[in-house]
Amino acid sequence: MKKILLSLAVFWGGYLANAQEYFPKNDGVHTVNSNYTVLKNAVVHTTPGKKIKKGTVVIHKGKITAVGTSVTIPKNSVVIDVEGKHIYPSFIDVYTSFGIEKPKGKGGSPFGGNPQYGASREGYYWNDHIRPETNALASFKYDNKKAKELLGQGFGVVNTHVPDGIARGTGLLVALNNEAKESERLLSDRSAQFFSFEKSKKSRQLYPTSLMGSIALLRQMYHDVSWYESGNAATKDLALEALNRNKSLPQIFEAGSRINTFRADKVGDQFNIQYVLVGGGDEYARIANVKATNATYVLPLNFPDAYDVSDPYQAGLVSLGDMRHWNQAPTNPAVLKKNGVPFSLSTIKLKKANSFLAKVKKAIQYGLDKETALAALTTVPAKILGRTKDLGEIKTGAYANFLITSGELFADDNIIYENWVQGKKHTVKEMGIKDISGIYDLAIEGTTYNLDISGKSEAPKVAVKSGEITLGSKITYKEGWVSILFTDKDAAISKYTRLIAAVTPDKNITGKAILPDGTETTFTARFKEAKKKEKETKKKDKKETPEIVDVSYPNIAYGNESLPKQEDILFKNATVWTNEAEGVLSTTDVLIKGGKIVAIGKNLSPRGAKVIDATGKHLTSGIIDEHSHIAAAAINEAGHNSSAEVTIEDVVSPDDIDIYRNLAGGVTSIQILHGSANPIGGRSAILKLKWGESAEHLIYDKTPKFIKFALGENVKQSNWPSYSRFPQTRMGVEQLYMDYFTRAKEYDQLKKSGKPYRRDDEMETLAEILNGERFISCHSYVQSEINMLMKVAEKFDFRVNTFTHILEGYKVADKMAAHGVGGSTFSDWWAYKYEVNDAIPYNAAIMHNQGVTVAINSDDAEMSRRLNQEAAKSVKYGGVSEEDAWKFVTLNPAKLLHIDDRVGSIKVGKDADVVLWSDHPLSIYTKAEKTIIEGKVYFDIEKDIQKRKDIKAEKNKLIAMMLKAKNKGLKTQPAKKKEKQHFECETLESVHQ
Amino acid sequence: MKNIIVIILMLFVSIHINAQQTPADTQKEAVTIEGATAHIGNGEVIENSVIIFENGKITAVAKQGSVTPKGKVIKAIGKHVYPGFIAPNSTLGLVEIGAVRASNDEEEIGSFNPHIRSIIAYNAESKIVESMRPNGVLMSQITPRGGRISGTSSIVQLDAWNWEDATIKGDDGIHLNWPSTFTRGRWWLGEDPGYKANKKYAEQISKLDEFFVNAVANNSDAATIQNLPYHAMKGLFNGKQTLFVHVDTEKGILDAIRFASKHKVNKMVIVGGSEAYKVAKTLKENNIGVLVNRTHSLPDFEDEDYDQPYKNAKLLVDAGVLVALQNSGDMERANARNLPFQAGTVAAHGLDKEKAVQLITGNAAKILGVADQVGTLAVGKDATLFISEGDALDMRTNLLSEAFIQGRAISLESHQTKLWKRYSKKYSK
Repeated sequence: MKKILLSLAVFWGGYLANAQEYFPKNDGVHTVNSNYTVLKNAVVHTTPGKKIKKGTVVIHKGKITAVGTSVTIPKNSVVIDVEGKHIYPSFIDVYTSFGIEKPKGKGGSPFGGNPQYGASREGYYWNDHIRPETNALASFKYDNKKAKELLGQGFGVVNTHVPDGIARGTGLLVALNNEAKESERLLSDRSAQFFSFEKSKKSRQLYPTSLMGSIALLRQMYHDVSWYESGNAATKDLALEALNRNKSLPQIFEAGSRINTFRADKVGDQFNIQYVLVGGGDEYARIANVKATNATYVLPLNFPDAYDVSDPYQAGLVSLGDMRHWNQAPTNPAVLKKNGVPFSLSTIKLKKANSFLAKVKKAIQYGLDKETALAALTTVPAKILGRTKDLGEIKTGAYANFLITSGELFADDNIIYENWVQGKKHTVKEMGIKDISGIYDLAIEGTTYNLDISGKSEAPKVAVKSGEITLGSKITYKEGWVSILFTDKDAAISKYTRLIAAVTPDKNITGKAILPDGTETTFTARFKEAKKKEKETKKKDKKETPEIVDVSYPNIAYGNESLPKQEDILFKNATVWTNEAEGVLSTTDVLIKGGKIVAIGKNLSPRGAKVIDATGKHLTSGIIDEHSHIAAAAINEAGHNSSAEVTIEDVVSPDDIDIYRNLAGGVTSIQILHGSANPIGGRSAILKLKWGESAEHLIYDKTPKFIKFALGENVKQSNWPSYSRFPQTRMGVEQLYMDYFTRAKEYDQLKKSGKPYRRDDEMETLAEILNGERFISCHSYVQSEINMLMKVAEKFDFRVNTFTHILEGYKVADKMAAHGVGGSTFSDWWAYKYEVNDAIPYNAAIMHNQGVTVAINSDDAEMSRRLNQEAAKSVKYGGVSEEDAWKFVTLNPAKLLHIDDRVGSIKVGKDADVVLWSDHPLSIYTKAEKTIIEGKVYFDIEKDIQKRKDIKAEKNKLIAMMLKAKNKGLKTQPAKKKEKQHFECETLESVHQ
Repeated sequence: MKNIIVIILMLFVSIHINAQQTPADTQKEAVTIEGATAHIGNGEVIENSVIIFENGKITAVAKQGSVTPKGKVIKAIGKHVYPGFIAPNSTLGLVEIGAVRASNDEEEIGSFNPHIRSIIAYNAESKIVESMRPNGVLMSQITPRGGRISGTSSIVQLDAWNWEDATIKGDDGIHLNWPSTFTRGRWWLGEDPGYKANKKYAEQISKLDEFFVNAVANNSDAATIQNLPYHAMKGLFNGKQTLFVHVDTEKGILDAIRFASKHKVNKMVIVGGSEAYKVAKTLKENNIGVLVNRTHSLPDFEDEDYDQPYKNAKLLVDAGVLVALQNSGDMERANARNLPFQAGTVAAHGLDKEKAVQLITGNAAKILGVADQVGTLAVGKDATLFISEGDALDMRTNLLSEAFIQGRAISLESHQTKLWKRYSKKYSK
């Protein structure tokens, strides 16, 4: 089969309709139909926004040969008069897996047993999830049933592919021509190249285990293909060859969600590739960023059903964010249109393809104009596929792919009668059914009844009256025959009169009647008058645009209606913790202007700034958490023992409520570290917690470069059954570092020599460490390994920047001070595993006393919002002075992160990242009242109270709307709470990407 | 700086003559603490107090001058005295190192395990147990985990040679993990990973029902062949034991209350109760106490107030419910020493400071049914108390100079202080 299909593909050319002309024929004579088909008197919508009244369309051999009002009709034409009907180009879905069986995985955790680290295939890329050589044709089987469903919804052409893997190979463009053979309906066997962030189900190769790993793998793949292309590779790689071959095709990326479209676009930007982005339907909530991608989007129309909130206990599960999405999702296409983002619409993510048109109509009800809707289904997908010449429009030379409809395409009462594909008619609903509605006098054997037929012509309703009494009745009307059944006057008796008649052009209906006693006779229904149509008022009622609640940034509870504005503020009479030589100043004013601290002193004049009375309150610089895992979509890339190529910056999640909660705890900056699954982890993201901003605005400008390393039980995989990955001991960990740094050094030397080299993101990162451009924050516990890493670093002539956790730092504090490394530790965690048996809460104090720069960190979304309390424990455990203890969570982490020139103290010229506390900042009784970053108030305890009220009110309103939807009989889904994964170092798997 | 450390070290050494880890001897001589601010544990404070204890029991708590000091006198002017803090619903001594399976004795297999008794596995010599004492946590309820009915807890004091000596009240209560009203999708099987209504909720309650009626039937005839699980339930129906129902949701709490009353359970307590504040009135009317969820935790829902866990206890106190704190959850054993700071956090979020003290003293004792012995500074009660340099609910001033359990002057040393001293000494050379 494969071979046949492939050879067919090769033969595909200009001969579509006649592709089999030269095939031997043994079952009859050769028949070639060279007649023309002509449709006339239609309203022809050639392209969105353009229509020809009384238009004619001429079709020959599957293509349109003429369109217009005065076209020459060839003599050998079959002419069809479609008076009053509309003709539209049929739809194109650029993103489907039509005719492809979805690959199934084996299930189970990929970490269990002995994970597979290497690739399963030979002659291909080193990673099984890169499969650009996949040709969808090899697993394609035309699906008649599905095609019928799609034809019914207006689709004429679909683009299909194998939805499996990160690089998924090429797709097929298929016309939904059920009666044809592949030779005819296969429009392209290499229509586009497909990508996603999801691994292949066909392989259990572990890497990548995370979203950031998928992103890094894509990058490396692109580096490798250009290396391969320039002929430098010594070995054969069929995957890279395919990738190269596919580069001129449209590149379609299934991102799956708004934020992932940004991530995909960023990869594309780096390699000069503009992906077509398959989105998530939630693009409306950060539309400016969507626009900034400059991409064409493919949108799903999977608008959520209302949640069933009739049980108040269950209703409590549904978050404001999810409620809003129910309300706002149908506006998504309209919002993209309003902002000038091109898009096509797809059946992707719809459970039933036959709900597609209803969803398009819903989008229109929610503000999408009909012209854009049509374009999104015709010209835009044609453009995406580079097929504007022959698809998406009704024009000469294009495929004869069009719909014949009763009226305006997206009108509520419109009917699609026929969907023509490649000049072949597919009937959706019978056309030309005679409208038999009207009021008739029905006469049977001398008895007269009043017969009232109403409703749609193809599905009429009936009422039969005998005098004033309405009889029970039923009508069936199909294939030109009408049959009516009605009861006797006495409803208690089961007696029926049955009528059957063929419908003729005559206004009256005459046929056979069978009386209740079985007697057969004739009847005549004499047409009296037509029915009045009463639709108009009803229609208007339906078109009312539903109430849409406002989007906030982020679009969840506690989001900002608009992003906070920079303010100039004068804090009067505060106790100011400067963290500088001045120490703690009482009754002091601090002026912030233009996002900076501009003056500190007594009796400062406001100079136009807003004055805040801070009497009795304390003003400090914002808390900095050296070790955080909030606001990230992934933490560990556990697929390799080194993952220096991955970066958390790729997976920053700006919509995490924990950002807001951190702000409420006085935190303004954090380092999101990679986890501790491997000795060489991934690169960090250093953020300012600007709640509401998008990911790239959270990351520090000119951010210092960091990477996570890890030692001990986690990297040797001691606490779960995994025995196949090197290293399994601390001895192995040392040699792993020796190996990687040796190789990185060689790599760097080669690179600097100017000779050709294969760009390797992992080696680039490690070389940055060797060159002092990137800093290590190393997860560490016991003294032996701490000492070891310092010695390894010294061998390679660099310094470890920070040991994080560093619970036995107190045992080697003198060595740490000598090496010049900082310590970022927990205040008092211990006993959760063997290597923290000797962890003591005095650790910070001892290291501090030995001259080590000490920070207290959280590694925990909960503790991070109480870091002031954790710092205060250093006063208890080891007698650190309050001023020094405070620096443990402000100035010292700023130093360790190399951002102390910008933040970490209250000093003129530094960023206005400050916190106003109700009390002494180290007191258990204090609360952050205002948390300010660069002069913008991101948390205000008073506004928080207002927000709580607003959330309640808005939820109440949305609940009422959902209850109304349920009462109207609309479908609902059970109330549920979305999974929220809280990460810490040891979290092995990233969120179900 | 080094000098300061040395001075601090010397202070420490001079105060604590007792050998580390060795349980203190029985009180022989009367002790009087003079001049301290006494936090009684019932909401009251006595400034310039005199506290006297003899033979392990408190014999006087009064304003200075109203009673004559006796025996050894400790001058504590400017200092604070508190009843020993109590950590309910803990697994102290049941697990030493979380990740080392061999050191783990907290959870038995099976669903209905009322006969499983925590006390016999309690390791009185745990390094974690001794680390509680320097922060004022001197008593705990040792509670097994897992199953529908986890087992039977006991209440101990934290300075003992063995579990028998440690016991304040053996087999005080039975712990029931109420069926969840919600379940999580098993994402690894391709299910939606969110939380949804638990479809088996009613079925799980009916299994519990069955167990309880059988337990009652079995216990009503002494001649019946012994069934250990049923027999272990006896105390719930004769008033000797408390039913601790671990449940968080509003609906679950209401169902649990109806369940307990249906089965004529004498005394019940809610453990967890994240949403208990929503049914505070019912809890008060039914005289049901709450061991509320860890204060230092994140809100359960995205839309919740950021300080919801901080203020849960306060909301219940305000509604007249008897509340104490407990600390079950991640790393619960090591973190149990932070109980005073959790109480402090509740105070930061609106509760009166003395009421916050009650959350880990008097209220806890009442809820655990040991208020006749411990929980407040009152004549006749155990002399289990400590002296702190300052406010014991604040990290900076929670600095214990002396602590007593049943009148015995206990060591405030630990594995951790030993290491601190050892390495401080190394660097001071």
